Amino acid sequence: MKERLHELEREALEKIEQAGDLKALNDVRVAYLGKKGPITEVLRGMGALPSEERPKIGALANEVREAIQKALEAKQTKLEEEEVERKLAAEAIDVTLPGRPVKLGNPHPLTRVIEEIEDLFIGMGYTVAEGPEVETDYYNFEALNLPKGHPARDMQDSFYITEEILLRTHTSPMQARTMEKHRGRGPVKIICPGKVYRRDTDDATHSHQFTQIEGLVVDRNIRMSDLKGTLREFARKLFGEGRDIRFRPSFFPFTEPSVEVDVSCFRCEGHGCSVCKGTGWIEILGAGMVHPNVLEMAGFDSKTYTGFAFGMGPERIAMLKYGIDDIRHFYQNDLRFLQQFLRV
Amino acid sequence: MLVSYRWLGEYVDLTGVTAEQLADRITKSGIEVERVEALERGMKGVVIGHVLECEPHPNADKLRKCLVDLGEGEPVQIICGAPNVAKGQKVAVAKVGARLPGNFKIKRAKLRGEESNGMICSLQELGVETKVVPKEYAEGIFVFPSDAPVGADALEWLGLHDEVLELALTPNRADCLSMLGVAYEVAAILGRDVKLPETAVNENEESVHDYISVRVEAPEDNPLYAGRIVKNVQIGPSPLWMQARLMAAGIRPHNNVVDITNYILLEYGQPLHAFDYDRLGSKEIVVRRAKAGEMIVTLDDVERKLTEDHLVITNGREPVALAGVMGGANSEVQDDTKTVFIEAAYFTSPVIRQAVKDHGLRSEASTRFEKGIDPARTKEALERAAALMAEYAGGEVVSGIVEANTWKEEPVVVTVALERINGVLGTAMTKEEVAGILSNLQFSFTEDNGTFTIHVPSRRRDITIEEDIIEEVARLYGYDHLPATLPVAEAKPGELTPYQAKRRRVRRYFEGAGLFQAITYSLTSPDKATRFALETTEPVRLALPMSEERSVLRQSLVPHLLEAASYNRARQVENVALYEIGSVYLSKGENVQPAEKERLAGVITGLWHAHLWQGEKKAADFYVAKGVLDGLFALLGLSDRISYRPAKRADLHLGRTAEIVLDGKEIGFVGQLHPAVQKEYDLKETYVFELAFAELLNTEGETIRYESIPRFPSVVRDIALVVDDNVEAGALKQAIAEAGNPLLKDVALFDVYKGDRLPAGKKSLAFSLRYYDPERTLTDEEVTAVHERVLAAVEEQFGAVLRG
Repeated sequence: MKERLHELEREALEKIEQAGDLKALNDVRVAYLGKKGPITEVLRGMGALPSEERPKIGALANEVREAIQKALEAKQTKLEEEEVERKLAAEAIDVTLPGRPVKLGNPHPLTRVIEEIEDLFIGMGYTVAEGPEVETDYYNFEALNLPKGHPARDMQDSFYITEEILLRTHTSPMQARTMEKHRGRGPVKIICPGKVYRRDTDDATHSHQFTQIEGLVVDRNIRMSDLKGTLREFARKLFGEGRDIRFRPSFFPFTEPSVEVDVSCFRCEGHGCSVCKGTGWIEILGAGMVHPNVLEMAGFDSKTYTGFAFGMGPERIAMLKYGIDDIRHFYQNDLRFLQQFLRV
Repeated sequence: MLVSYRWLGEYVDLTGVTAEQLADRITKSGIEVERVEALERGMKGVVIGHVLECEPHPNADKLRKCLVDLGEGEPVQIICGAPNVAKGQKVAVAKVGARLPGNFKIKRAKLRGEESNGMICSLQELGVETKVVPKEYAEGIFVFPSDAPVGADALEWLGLHDEVLELALTPNRADCLSMLGVAYEVAAILGRDVKLPETAVNENEESVHDYISVRVEAPEDNPLYAGRIVKNVQIGPSPLWMQARLMAAGIRPHNNVVDITNYILLEYGQPLHAFDYDRLGSKEIVVRRAKAGEMIVTLDDVERKLTEDHLVITNGREPVALAGVMGGANSEVQDDTKTVFIEAAYFTSPVIRQAVKDHGLRSEASTRFEKGIDPARTKEALERAAALMAEYAGGEVVSGIVEANTWKEEPVVVTVALERINGVLGTAMTKEEVAGILSNLQFSFTEDNGTFTIHVPSRRRDITIEEDIIEEVARLYGYDHLPATLPVAEAKPGELTPYQAKRRRVRRYFEGAGLFQAITYSLTSPDKATRFALETTEPVRLALPMSEERSVLRQSLVPHLLEAASYNRARQVENVALYEIGSVYLSKGENVQPAEKERLAGVITGLWHAHLWQGEKKAADFYVAKGVLDGLFALLGLSDRISYRPAKRADLHLGRTAEIVLDGKEIGFVGQLHPAVQKEYDLKETYVFELAFAELLNTEGETIRYESIPRFPSVVRDIALVVDDNVEAGALKQAIAEAGNPLLKDVALFDVYKGDRLPAGKKSLAFSLRYYDPERTLTDEEVTAVHERVLAAVEEQFGAVLRG
């Protein structure tokens, strides 16, 4: 009987091994472990054995049954896995086909530049001041030390609506408006972004409408060296660490002294290239110490208060930063242009 | 201002400073030198030749065969095509082997069979611009004075071994519109002296008062008018060196008298005018405002009509010059002029500016008067001019000056403390350093205990206050030496205003929703100005527009967004989704600033979504646009207060347009373009919207307040209601929600059906209703009770019946 059991085990394990699918495996299970199976048969015939043999054979029969059971389970798991794999393989797709697009728009490049600059100065304690685009002659010119008939008015031919009302030619009117609101008491620390307008014929480098960002700080003991430090900080954050700035003397009616501010070329690190026209420097800003007349007209005592102001053109900065060659692109809203400014 | 380096060297010692170095120094200390131009332009081998023979070329009508003495060896044969070449002339000859501008090399050549050993040159061929070449030589070769030495370097004689610095002057530095002004600037930069020109005049016995008298009737326009008489002049060419300097400065030589006035203009910045005394027609000069309608023919032979805004020089009866701008043809210096009246005057800026503007005439003279001259140098300039006319026009200077002078020099004294200078600049300069800079500027000053008292010379009219002196000190000290510091102030955080912060969130929302930000022009044409506008007024119009297309301010953003969509479509970009946030401008009456209101607008056309290989394609439609706006209202916490009402608006599809209402007030619209407008813009089905953005952002929305997450199951019942076609889904939904309150938490429409399986004129709207009680699990009976109430309500209000 012992041999018979061992033989059955061998036989069953072999058939399990050979079973190619779950059905065949089940047939093996039924055939060997079923109620009418050969092992049950063997156990039934145990009555004929001597009583001391019976427990041994019984134990052996159980061992055989368990071994078969275990082999069945193992085979079943294997077959099931194979079946899943086959099924999945049949479901295979081409992962290189395009994904379902997520619809994304993006900000206008000028907005990107303006927001970046806003954030940079907000980080230095500035607030953002906005004001009217249609200004009075007073705020656009007179309050900025440009009385009627001043030769510098030639420098910015303007779109007048009436003799006293015009489209602002710069964002500087916000300097005067903000200072007036402070009623002669500092500190004032603002930047003013916005649209401005000049009587220019639109071409690759001119636009009758463009944007400007103006900054103003007024307090006791503001020094020109503070202007230099502030703008150096700005240049490094906007164009990268390691940038330097230089001041060149210039003239603006609303500042005295006035300077133009160059940033060392971010493309060539100051060695000279096409971006900086070989000079190593790029003109980025106009700046200066607020003219005492401007302070006084806005209600500040120019003996106790000093201030600095600076202005820049987001178009120019965007053109330099992204290598844009024609200012008209900013206002044509060609999607092939706009779409290029998605990346963070 | 064009500044000849060699000419400048007559006033300031430039030893050891090249033109390039000088340009760099000038730029660094305040005046931008735009470029430095070497007049040589790589030329060499050009000498003065003597035309010994000149005869027609045997084989060519337009060529001449010349024999030219070059001052060395045998005379050479040169073929010349210039019409004015003639025997006996002294001319510029580019010898064989010479180089002309553009690296043009002169070689021995045969022209129509005749040998040519060099080239007789025109000034243009020597790099001189046509507009400054003397008229008589403009069409041919240049002829030197007969005493020019044969074989000498022609470029030297023509002043071409020189460099010209082009200064870009800001309006405050009108003092540098003269060689002497530049000389003072350069002297200050280099710390050297200025050498002034010679002005001593030899006068004859006669008195100028016997010749002429002067009366100024408009002293506010003309505080100083001075003149001299120079008789027996001989009109002819001015000396070559003078012509060369004029040409280098961009002025065309005419004759000795005119050239001298221009030379003085360049040297002193003082415009002069030379009248032919005998053609003045009287013995008096009267300066007055013109009479309305008075006429003058100016030197350019243009007859000009004058007004009372213009200042004229008259002979007591009629104008002989438009003051400060241009002389009159009637008193012009001509070849036969014998006696010259030289005018040296100070005209004030406004009256000159007006004349320039009205007559579109800008001259070297008017530019200087407009920017302001130094009246303290007016008479000095007159003396120098008279001296030069005596020397170079053979004239005899009549004794004395006629003048009408109401100008009083008001000395400008500025005091500034060293402490203030260092305080404003953030520097640590010493008294000595500041004193050194002031001395270099040739400002006279005294210093007492660190306070400087400075007497500003009249040539520097731009300096009137302390800050002007600080600037002078700063620029000559050098901004490179300025330290970099940060303001010392109380640290206050910077931040966006709530409005600005919200606007940024809205931008990011629209971009995340798939729209690109556009920025369009504020100026538009009158027909577009009010189109689509939520609110209109008389458009705000520019006084002097550059074009009708950009003549008024917009009242809606939509027209330019449509142009952008159209622009894209014309370039094969058919799927367009753009938004813009920008101002519109509503008039509040004449001579006051218009109201500027921020609007949000958008345009969507073409495919909204395309994922073609998986069969997905969604064209833009009304509900796409509406969905974008719904998201915006959710973002602003305003969803429950917004409703859409069918609306008819100009230029929009009458059946596919809604006005958007917030708390009962219209704040915008969304709709399809009218097909005719689509055609006008060459667009296909296109949807637009515009919102009163500022009002929207300024409306306080629902704030975030946490509600506990449901702990009990909710019960969902779906119903399909059959109603008349004209029943609005929105109204039906609202009725359901109201009837089911408070257990009915959500009502969602999920199907709309019209068609064969329903009677004509009917539609089916299917809703999913979710009932929920936060306190407990609802029983079926409770839900059914409310549900029945809902059904009863919609049946009563809309005749809605459950679809079988």
